[in-house]
Amino acid sequence: MSSPQTQGLPADLALVTGLKAGDQGAMAQLYDRYSSVVYAVALRVLGDTGAAEDVLQEVFLQLWRKPGAFDAARGSLASWLAVITRNRAIDLLRRRRPETDIEEVVVSAAPDLAAEADRSRAAEKVRVVLGGMAAEQRAALEMAYWQGMSHTEIAGKTGQPLGTVKTRIRNGLIALRKAFQT
Amino acid sequence: MTEHEQYADDLALYALNALTGEDRSRVEAHLSTCAACRLELEHLRGDAALLALSASGPRPPQRARQRLLNALTAEVKIQPAHTSVTSHRSWWGVLGWAAAAAVLVFALSLWRENLALQGMLASAGSRAAEDARELDQLRKIAAPIIEPESQRITLVAMKTPPQPQGKAFYLRGRGSLVFLASNLPPLPPQKAYELWLIPPNGAPIPAGVFKPDAHGSASVVNPPLPVGAEAKAFAITVENESGSAAPTSPIMMMGAGE
Repeated sequence: MSSPQTQGLPADLALVTGLKAGDQGAMAQLYDRYSSVVYAVALRVLGDTGAAEDVLQEVFLQLWRKPGAFDAARGSLASWLAVITRNRAIDLLRRRRPETDIEEVVVSAAPDLAAEADRSRAAEKVRVVLGGMAAEQRAALEMAYWQGMSHTEIAGKTGQPLGTVKTRIRNGLIALRKAFQT
Repeated sequence: MTEHEQYADDLALYALNALTGEDRSRVEAHLSTCAACRLELEHLRGDAALLALSASGPRPPQRARQRLLNALTAEVKIQPAHTSVTSHRSWWGVLGWAAAAAVLVFALSLWRENLALQGMLASAGSRAAEDARELDQLRKIAAPIIEPESQRITLVAMKTPPQPQGKAFYLRGRGSLVFLASNLPPLPPQKAYELWLIPPNGAPIPAGVFKPDAHGSASVVNPPLPVGAEAKAFAITVENESGSAAPTSPIMMMGAGE
């Protein structure tokens, strides 16, 4: 189902197919559609506009070089870009080499996030779910996600048992999933 | 506890790239044999993507868009094509020999990595639909070369030997530009050539960043340009390899419309 913003505009899959043929116009359209998502994620992780711009550039260049890495049958491009952006930004934050090739990142997500309005509604929903979590669970999830902290580091910082930290992170992710299944 | 439950919490950490060492290896070994857990991993990544959406902030600066588009132009790539002379004879018929040769040379330069000319001319038959699509792509690429209203601009070196030369084919109405260059001098490290569309009034417009191959040859195909931009001339400068929004070095080559 196309949302109001994407009606009449090429679908993500058509634009990604264009990338495979070297169509720079398709890349420009995808950039205009998703650069705000990628930049926001990179900036949230890195807290530095210059570094976030570098990640923005790198992520879209990776998409340009390997458009086949995105599996349209499994999820939305917005979700896929968000995941590889967050992973790359965390790699930079933690000063480690990229651990995962983008071709190995398969993301399954149900919501249609092609339109900015859809993403805004989804973001609001996520904030509501996070707001409803126990403070300890939300903190564990956010430390793992936005700071790239391991469960060991989180356990050391919060004084919580390792197993508890692990379970809180998983349950936090599952809570987000359930919110979008209803 | 089932085997899947045993890995459930670690899978979530793995989805966040937060698992290291032996724990990571153990989960990867399990994933290699367990389709259910691979599917769950995909879902967990999707859940994590939802979390990413809670990030909000300013839009990226405009310069970031231009920087990306400049970088794309430096990485011009075209997929291999397979087409048939016999099934598209009428199109080739409209080309003069010189234009046809230019198109062929141009196509070869673009597809040199994985295209044999023989294959391009011979393969057809059951791939008719794909051929038609690819021919349409080729036709779009060739339009600035073959359309009568296309401007033909020759760029020559500001100083003579070794005679670098550039040819720009610009179809203003479609915003299509094909630029071919030869005998370009090698570049210093971290540098690239940048092509500029010089309008009658106003600042030069970036028209692609490129690096020549070992023989000094290079091409720029359909760089992002403002629709309808009028070209008084085209010029080349040496810039940083990420490209510049405005020329920062003296013009190396320049040519006005014929």
